[in-house]
Amino acid sequence: MYIVLSMVGAILGGGMSFLIRLELMDPGLQLLHDQQFYNVLVTAHGFLMVFFVVMPAMIGGFGNWFVPLMIGAPDMAFPRMNNISFWLLAAAILLMVIAAFTQGGPGTGWFITTIFNMRAPGLTMHRMPLFVWAILVTAFLLLLAIPVLAGALTMLLTDRNFGTAFFKVAQGGDPILWQHLFWFFGHPEVYIIIIPAFGIISQVVSTFSKKPVFGYLGMAYAMVSIGFIGFIVWAHHMYTVGLNVDTRAYFIAATMVIAVPTGIKIFSWLATMWGGSIEFKTPMLFAIGFIWLFVMGGVTGVALANSGLDLAFHDTYFVVAHFHYVMAIAAVFGMFAAFYYWIGKMCGRQYSEVLGQIHFWLFFVGVNVLFFPQHFLGMAGMPRRIADYPDVYHGWNYISSIGSYITTGATLFFFFIVWRTFTAGEKAAANPWGEGATTLEWSVASPAPFHTHEDLPDMTGTQPAE
Amino acid sequence: MASETVRKHPFHMVQPSPWPAVGTAAALTMVFGGVWFMKEGPIYLFLVGVALLFYASFCWWRDVVAEARSGVDHTDVVRHGLRMGMVLFIASEVMFFFAFFWAFFNSSLPLIARGANEVWPPAGVVPLETWSIPFLNTLILLTSGATVTYAHHALRQGNHARTAHGLLATIVLGATFTGFQAYEYVHASSKITAGIYGSTFYLATGFHGFHVLVGTCFLIVCWFRARARHFTPQAHVGFEAAAWYWHFVDVVWLFLFTCIYWWGNSGYTG
Repeated sequence: MYIVLSMVGAILGGGMSFLIRLELMDPGLQLLHDQQFYNVLVTAHGFLMVFFVVMPAMIGGFGNWFVPLMIGAPDMAFPRMNNISFWLLAAAILLMVIAAFTQGGPGTGWFITTIFNMRAPGLTMHRMPLFVWAILVTAFLLLLAIPVLAGALTMLLTDRNFGTAFFKVAQGGDPILWQHLFWFFGHPEVYIIIIPAFGIISQVVSTFSKKPVFGYLGMAYAMVSIGFIGFIVWAHHMYTVGLNVDTRAYFIAATMVIAVPTGIKIFSWLATMWGGSIEFKTPMLFAIGFIWLFVMGGVTGVALANSGLDLAFHDTYFVVAHFHYVMAIAAVFGMFAAFYYWIGKMCGRQYSEVLGQIHFWLFFVGVNVLFFPQHFLGMAGMPRRIADYPDVYHGWNYISSIGSYITTGATLFFFFIVWRTFTAGEKAAANPWGEGATTLEWSVASPAPFHTHEDLPDMTGTQPAE
Repeated sequence: MASETVRKHPFHMVQPSPWPAVGTAAALTMVFGGVWFMKEGPIYLFLVGVALLFYASFCWWRDVVAEARSGVDHTDVVRHGLRMGMVLFIASEVMFFFAFFWAFFNSSLPLIARGANEVWPPAGVVPLETWSIPFLNTLILLTSGATVTYAHHALRQGNHARTAHGLLATIVLGATFTGFQAYEYVHASSKITAGIYGSTFYLATGFHGFHVLVGTCFLIVCWFRARARHFTPQAHVGFEAAAWYWHFVDVVWLFLFTCIYWWGNSGYTG
């Protein structure tokens, strides 16, 4: 259900981004004559993609389905809370689309409870699959970051409607406070989006290299430390608002520290593949694509962490390219990898390998043509959030828009693959991936039965799950 | 029913329930009503939403209490999970208040924020007297923390009468606190719209007051349940959750009193 909802979100959000690129293809205003409407589109695109596509699919969809399967529990803890979070999300998307500005997003305390409390006998924390670790870290981030946003939104609401003065300079308030509170939520939020993808990629890379993940403990604790550091780097989004030099120096250093655990993850994935007998099935292709995109986005991220450089690049297309590579598109690649990896387990039918590989290449080429030129546009100084630009930026914008045609085409093709899988897919075996797939979910039939592990599996004395 | 088949694991597989969907419909009504009200519309749609939400929550928890009373659904492991859920919920509540304290210090402490006011309270603001009603309220809440602990000890010894007495004392103290707080709001010289002092003061203490009300309701439910002998010395998750919540509200108040009433008013010279 979450995944269907996220597909609806993807159609809306993706359609909006396509409109944005259509407008930006040539200089001058062609399609959207109201610049305010353009900005509404940009905002809504971001909100939809983050809250209604990536979070529901990764956490709501794959997390809900596979965390209990992988730890050997019959279902999630607090199923009714889980249920209301889906309905609230559906209500929120309705509000959002009719332009009442609101925020939704699944609260996720029950993941922590499920993972701590409902593991199968003998499955200790250090034997849990990395995807479960990833969801655990994500749930903590959500639990601690979302309430701060709720507080900030409350202040915004009372400022606008009940005459308080939190963000109004004239009455002693401070608009920078909003930025602090927002980014204190906002930075953990980007990790909330990407960390489930880390978990998925670890499972996929290990399965198709037919090797356990290299440096399992390092991988798990790298995610924990990324989650922790995520809470203490928020002001690197705010270098241009006039923070003093010492503050900026601190945030530069703290931000660069993130490169260490992410580096551990990248090299561990590579080391997992090293010497493995790799099968280039579709999920694996998406996993490798993810690593490429994430490295690209990570490198530009280290550059942007310097406040000196950031003063020049702030709010340019360089930043747009950076966060689409590192967070948005990388997370989408994680979702596609998860879809191809687990669809057989979820619906009992396997996708078509040929079509899947065509989808990968179309999509991979599409997003790179779409976002890579935006680095050049940003370095040349093109600002974000403006519907028009001078003629000098025409060339790369034109190419970028062509990339968006390819990406949109690839996504339509993906919906065709989904339809084919459901109508004409082959019956999936319990474990279609062979010896590389060792986690618990492959030990039950495809599709997985309702309330799976009625008999608790005994994990005492087995190898670490990866 | 899950209890009719033989279960091979200690978890509780709940029956489908209509209340999550009803609750969402209520929340949606409330939000629509709230927006309408803020855009100069009437308030009744908002109130309908609130009432519906109350109803859905009541039915939801009524079902949970019934399941707990069935004696089979809430095993040790399930109760452990419920307690963990409550702890995590309180953790997220702490972060909610974290935002308001951040706003307060961002406005009042030039050491950490450039946008802060040089003088706090800002010129012209007459704050409440720290050592009168606010201090009395501190004592009241601390006493109520003691009475709820007394109730807990009585419950562990299986003394239902004393449990009920302890709870009743806590409820009365909580209601007294709310009464004093309301009295102060009515008589305070600065209003919520009067600039940043009023904004931080009323939103932080107001949300705390709201949490005191919720906690009092929670304790009242426990009081009824204690009189109906729902709790046993071994299993009383509902009571524990209410007590933890009450202590949380108590601790938030101690921070509010120390930071906003005491430290925050110490710069007042008028």
